[in-house]
Parts: sequence; structure tokens; C-alpha cells
Amino acid sequence: MREERYEAVMGLEVHVQLSTKSKIFCGCSTKFGAEANTKTCPVCLGLPGALPVLNREVLHRAIKVGLALDCRTAKMMKFDRKNYFYPDLPKDFQISQYDLPLAANGRLGILTDGKERTVRIKRVHLEEDAGKLIHMEDEDASLVDFNRTGMPLLEIVSEPDISSPEEAYDYLTQLKTILKYLEVSDCNMEEGSLRCDANISIRPKGQVELGVKTELKNMNTFKGVKNALQYEIKRQGEVLDEGGTIKQETRLWDEAKGRTSPMRTKEEAFDYRYFPEPDLVPFIIDKELVESIRKGLPELPRRRLERFIEDYKLPPAAASLLVNEKEVADYFEDAAGIYKKDAKVVANWITGDIQGELNKRSLSIKELGIKPNDLADMIKMIDEGSITGKIAKGLLADMVETKMNPRKIVESKGLLQIKDKGELDKILYEVIKANPKPVIDYKNGKVNVLTFLVGQVMKATKGKANPKMVNDLLRERMDKL
Amino acid sequence: MKKNIDVDYIANLARIKLEKKESSDFSSQLGDIISFVEKLNKVDTKDTPPTTHPLPLMNVFREDKVKESLPAEKALSNAPDKKYSFFKVPKVIEEA
Repeated sequence: MREERYEAVMGLEVHVQLSTKSKIFCGCSTKFGAEANTKTCPVCLGLPGALPVLNREVLHRAIKVGLALDCRTAKMMKFDRKNYFYPDLPKDFQISQYDLPLAANGRLGILTDGKERTVRIKRVHLEEDAGKLIHMEDEDASLVDFNRTGMPLLEIVSEPDISSPEEAYDYLTQLKTILKYLEVSDCNMEEGSLRCDANISIRPKGQVELGVKTELKNMNTFKGVKNALQYEIKRQGEVLDEGGTIKQETRLWDEAKGRTSPMRTKEEAFDYRYFPEPDLVPFIIDKELVESIRKGLPELPRRRLERFIEDYKLPPAAASLLVNEKEVADYFEDAAGIYKKDAKVVANWITGDIQGELNKRSLSIKELGIKPNDLADMIKMIDEGSITGKIAKGLLADMVETKMNPRKIVESKGLLQIKDKGELDKILYEVIKANPKPVIDYKNGKVNVLTFLVGQVMKATKGKANPKMVNDLLRERMDKL
Repeated sequence: MKKNIDVDYIANLARIKLEKKESSDFSSQLGDIISFVEKLNKVDTKDTPPTTHPLPLMNVFREDKVKESLPAEKALSNAPDKKYSFFKVPKVIEEA
């Protein structure tokens, strides 16, 4: 088997757009979706004489990310020019960081197939984004929108520590979770605020020397990254099996065709001739700043997971589901703080029915509009016996629709559990009368028809009766027959 | 020692078209300049910190405030060609 002969070595480069209000070196708005070329100025258009000035918030957010990834923050950093010609680059160079990046030597823990691994982070550096090209179909021309030019980007480069496409997927998911916790980026892949390139090579098992790598681009989803890597491992294996050699090149992933192909580009384009950006001064990052940012770091997903298991006694799987999204984890803590009796019950409702509503409606938990207090109230009503669990499930959907407190909905819709024995008796009587055969069966010892009769009663009460109570009462009545 | 510079390679990177004569002239001149600058390599810089910027200035920031951008007409006013509110350029595609 080829898979057993070779092992893959992968590294990922992630570009994340920091969600500041203004661009990295000028005051243009970063708002997505504006009309083409309405968010530009002499600085981001690279007009002569314009001078870039670093956005302080960009630096602070970048330091935050570096710290969360256990990186060493540089004492001094500077910017460099990366020179190349491409129409999406108005200055013909991109301001980036070369030999003195903001942060380096970090790590990120991932969990794949139940196995913990650490992926080292090589470096984290700041740069500006390029513009957007639209290729015309009916004409031999491309259209350029420079609104994206100068958007603050953070490039996060991993060491080649990733050994399977699944690990790559988990690395990306974990990284995104952390970035969301830090509230530095909206990580929206569709809007391009999170992008990923991959480097991949394979080598015969046991060989120390790395194979020749290819760089993969144009993956638009985490799943796409996984698929592209899977394809490339297979492709490189086949090339080597046939006695060929891997060519170092950039390849583009074609999601529709499910394959990578070499990008047409000139070799010289990779000679970027980096040199220090003379228009920006160097930056000394003092210890006090770093420490104050470190103090302000939120609790990160790893730590929170441990705490959920410990403090709330949640099973690891449920805790992990809750922690994956900061908003959901916050919601859980709010609700569990109100309904203190059993956090597991709260977790079950959130990971079960509420998550179901979120998926069905593609909403975030905030958009769903069920307040933590309302969820807690609903659970209390089940405890009090005022509603049945079955009613509660339907009630949840009503709460989403009406944004009302569950007690109000139950009152107005008359969903309160029937606790009055006399009222229930009447219904039992009707059911027994309407089902003579099952009743005879029961009397003849077929005890399991009881379930059927309970079901009939539940149906007649539209779920408002307590099944256990119905069960007991039915048995009592029929034994007397 | 005189350096030989591949001027055609550099010219191509800078998208400059050179005549044959210019190419050989510049090659020799650039070589002279580099040999001249290389004299610096002889200076002992063991105790000299690297210079990252000629100005004795550090940490210049702006606050994260949105300023008004140029109207699209203005941004596009120097464009040789445009369409709608886009710059229009000869087709470039990085494709497979």
C-alpha cells in the first residue's frame, strides 16, 4: 500500500483579517461589501508622497494572537517591502514583515482521533492585503477593486508538524476557535477574512530528509483544505511510484474537479527582493504593553473545556461541543448560572434541541433570541411539573418564533400539564371506551398494550399529560374493570 | 574585484526594456557600484547595532479611526482605463 510506504509532511499558512474599524496604514473603512473603489485613499492606492502610519489597534490585536499561540513577542519589529508586479497591488510592493516578524516560536495543541498533538507555530507577522480582481468573461480584461488593499492581515505560519489532512483540518478549526475567542477577527471564510495555503511533501517512511514540497492555494473551506491535501498526497505518491520526481511549484485546488494543477506563472515572480520599508519606523514593543495585553486575554478554549468538565461535571463530549463556539459557551454559563440545580440538563438542551434549531435556521445563538433566562425558566417548568418534556420540545420552537418567555406562552396557549385527576379520568374513560379490543387483550395478560393506550391518552391530551401518571391511572382503572 | 551583474534578469523583474548596448553598459556600471559599496564589508561592525531605519524615531501610530475615503471618481481619475467603478487592466489570470 502506498499509504504505508510514504508519510506526508504539511505546514499551513493562514491569513486572517483583523477586524479593526480602519485599515492597517490609513483611515479607510474596512467594511465589507462597499461599492468598488469607494474605500481608498492616497495611502492605500500608493499615490506618490502618501505615507503609511500603523494602526495601533492592529498591533495590539496581533500581539494578542501571538500570546494566545504561546509565541515569543519580538522586542523590536519592522516592516519590509515585498516587491512584485500584479494588478491587485497598486504600489507594486506589499508592506509585510520579513526578518523581524511580530512574534515567533509558538504552538497550538490539537486533538485528532483522540490523540493530542502539538503543532509548532513558526511565525506570526503583519501585512497589508491586496486588492480584488474580477476577470471579465466577454472581454480580454480584468477589473480591479482596491477596497481590500490595506486591510490588516495577520499571517500565521506553522512548522511542518502536520502529518495528515485530518490534523490540518483540526489545526484550522482550533485556530479559528481561538481567534474567535480573542475577538480579533470574524473569521468569515466566505468574505475572505480567513484564508489558508498549504505546503506539502511526502517521503518514504523512515527517511529523515524532507521531500520536495508543493504549495497549494485556492482552498475556500477547511473541508477544501483537507480534500486538497488528500488529493496531493495521492498524486505525489503516484509520481514517486512511477519513478518521477516532484516539482517544486504552486498548485491551485479546483474544488469542482477535485484536483490540483500547476499554476501558470513565471519563475522570476518569486524573487521578491525584500528590503526595509523606509516609510515606516521600527517598533519597540515594551514589556508593559505585552503584559497588559496578556492580562486581558480571555480564558482560551482549552482551559475552558477543562473547567467545564471540572466545575459543571459535564461529560467531555458535551463540554467540547459547548466550548467550540465562544457565544454558545457563554450562553451555557449564563443559563447554568440561573438554573443551578443541574448544569448537565442545561448542556443537554443546548447541545440537543437548541443546536438543532440553530442548524435548522442557520442562526447564531444570539440571533436565535432565546434568552438564557427563558431556557432556565422552561427547564424549571418541567421540574415543577407544569409542562411535560414533550411539550417543552415544541415550546422551544414557539420561543424562537415569538421571542416570548415560556411561562407566558404556556399560559396563553393552554399547554399546562393536566394534573387534575378528575379531568384526566374523563379522558381515560373515553380512551378505554374507544378501544375495547386492547382493553380485553390487557385483561387477558397482554400487558404491553398498555403502552398503546398511554399513547392514545397522550394524543388526546395533545401531550399535556404526564405519561407516568397516565400509566399508573390506566393500570388502576383497568385492573378494576 | 569587479562583479558581473545579470542586468537582463533585473530589468525583467523591474519590467524595464533595455537595448543590448544599455544592457552591457549598465552591467558594468552596476558592477562598479556594487564593488564600491562592498568596501563596507571590510569595516569591523562587531560592536555596531544594525540600522533598521535612518531616522531616530520609533513607534509612530495612528488610532483606529475611520476617515473619509476618496470618492470613486477621484480614485479612478488617473486610471488609463476603467469600467463601472473599477480599474480596468489587461487580463491576468493565475490559473491552472
